[in-house]
Amino acid sequence: MKAQYEVEQFLYKQSDLLDTKRWQDWIDLFAPDGIYWMPPAPEYKTWDGQPAIFAEDRNLMTVRMNRVLHPDAWSQRPLWETNHVVSNVAIQKESGKEVVVKSRFHMMELRRDDVRHFAGSYLHTLAKTKTGYKIKLQRVDMANAQAAYDYVLQVWV
Amino acid sequence: MLDLSKIVEPDRVRREAYTDPAVFDVEMQRIHESVWIYCGHQSQIPKVGDYYQVQIGRQPMLMVRGKDNQVHVLYNRCPHRGNMMCGDRHGNTGEQFRCSYHAWTFHHDGKLKNIPMMESGYAGTRVNKDSPELSMKRAARVESYRGFVFASLAKDGPDLKTFLGKSIVAFDDMCDRAPEGEVEVVPNCFRVIQHSNWKLFMENQIDALHPSVTHQSTGRAAHEVEKQIAKKAKAGEALSYHMLSAFATVTIDKWDNFQTINYPYGHCILAGYMGLRPQDPDTKAYDKIMIKAYGQKRFEEIVGVNIHHVLVYPGLSVQSPLQQLRAVRPLGVDRTLTEIWHFRLKGAPEAIYRRSLAYYNLVNSPATLINADDLENFWKCHQGLSSDGGDWVSFARHHGHDIEKDGSVSSAPNQGTSEAPMRNQMKAWAKYMSA
Repeated sequence: MKAQYEVEQFLYKQSDLLDTKRWQDWIDLFAPDGIYWMPPAPEYKTWDGQPAIFAEDRNLMTVRMNRVLHPDAWSQRPLWETNHVVSNVAIQKESGKEVVVKSRFHMMELRRDDVRHFAGSYLHTLAKTKTGYKIKLQRVDMANAQAAYDYVLQVWV
Repeated sequence: MLDLSKIVEPDRVRREAYTDPAVFDVEMQRIHESVWIYCGHQSQIPKVGDYYQVQIGRQPMLMVRGKDNQVHVLYNRCPHRGNMMCGDRHGNTGEQFRCSYHAWTFHHDGKLKNIPMMESGYAGTRVNKDSPELSMKRAARVESYRGFVFASLAKDGPDLKTFLGKSIVAFDDMCDRAPEGEVEVVPNCFRVIQHSNWKLFMENQIDALHPSVTHQSTGRAAHEVEKQIAKKAKAGEALSYHMLSAFATVTIDKWDNFQTINYPYGHCILAGYMGLRPQDPDTKAYDKIMIKAYGQKRFEEIVGVNIHHVLVYPGLSVQSPLQQLRAVRPLGVDRTLTEIWHFRLKGAPEAIYRRSLAYYNLVNSPATLINADDLENFWKCHQGLSSDGGDWVSFARHHGHDIEKDGSVSSAPNQGTSEAPMRNQMKAWAKYMSA
């Protein structure tokens, strides 16, 4: 039960960092070799060497963060609002070193006058470290990815 | 509708070309539903019965692999009651097409195979098995070049090779870079919707003036991180984010070093190299395989082809050195779908595939750090053009300086940012529209 509680708190914190646009703190949740991955379809087994909507290490996350913060990131003006709800948190595997946890998310986004909804599941592989959990791999299966992309995602979901 | 002959002038275009639904209908009919339109690559449908839906102008079509290994392009419509034959975007139809409404069946070439209880049901009617109107309608013409399938819905017109003209280099350049001389599709299509007229996409693809303005935020961010990586990297290791940082390091004046060469039918080549041939171990390993396959002389010719982008008007943008392609599908006057594909060079090392894959993911995925700002501009352009704030779109940059030679129009030296490609596209457009 303790692990369940800790993992839930970790996931809530991660989504709150996105909704409050604390990008660097969000990146720091990842292990040094951590990967954020959104496959184009559910059948993908690995991010490595495959088409991907996102497949980012910390370097690329930093490019993305700096780009969004740049005053001339035209498509990012004005800044948008998001609201994540994370739920259905289920630990799939746990060892002394790591936890694999699946959850569901629903995100509402407001951009100019438009409201959009994004939903899907997260699969986190979390390393247990002295300073708490660090993300080794976060897989994001976003249901919207099945349709033509009538949007462009600019930060992580 | 505005008089079609008054829309295009040599250096400017009326805004209605982009915003008037009546103009859109005419251009779908006279351009997209007449000329050669890219359907897909043969490797998308390797097995008999494999099919893909493809939109040609306003027409929903199917590209299917037949039993004779032939590729057919058919209207996605049952001749009985008009039911769409395939509802899925792609799949395998098995031995035959079978309509989900009344079980009429068809061969892969569209020919009627069977109607349930045909003899009793249709005796004495105007309908019999050989009535041509009982077969699925076929595209008037289908041709392939090096595995790339095109269809035309008009019986008459130039053949595919004549139509492509010099722009055929897009497919040669891509395939020649494969040690086996062929490419195969990476089975994923990024489909992105833009809220603007389709022509804005075609103009932007070869607009050498926009990158350092539109994409500077990403260019600068990538350049910063690149510098950090370079500090830690071993020699020969750092390709990193050149494909992104070039948008900042290549400043606005340097884009004039590029050159556009414009051809009949609106096609265009943007010449100039992104510098993706460093002397790292991966490139050297690839070069070795290529030299073995082609010999030194031919190898030099192949990798020396100096192309950044090829546009096949009205609906295809090919980046042959990076093996990617974007097909433009107009959905309405203010709504356009682009289908973005990546290809694997057959016989090339995995590292070469991964290099262009990185570009595909970073530039062309829905989380793109580049295209996002283009999409924003497209939407803004369409908003502005829909207003009464002005009647014209200006394409006057370097007008009057273009060099005409052997039927092509090139931008003058050090005038790579010339709006010659847009002028050429609209010239072709006006010709189609007056037909």
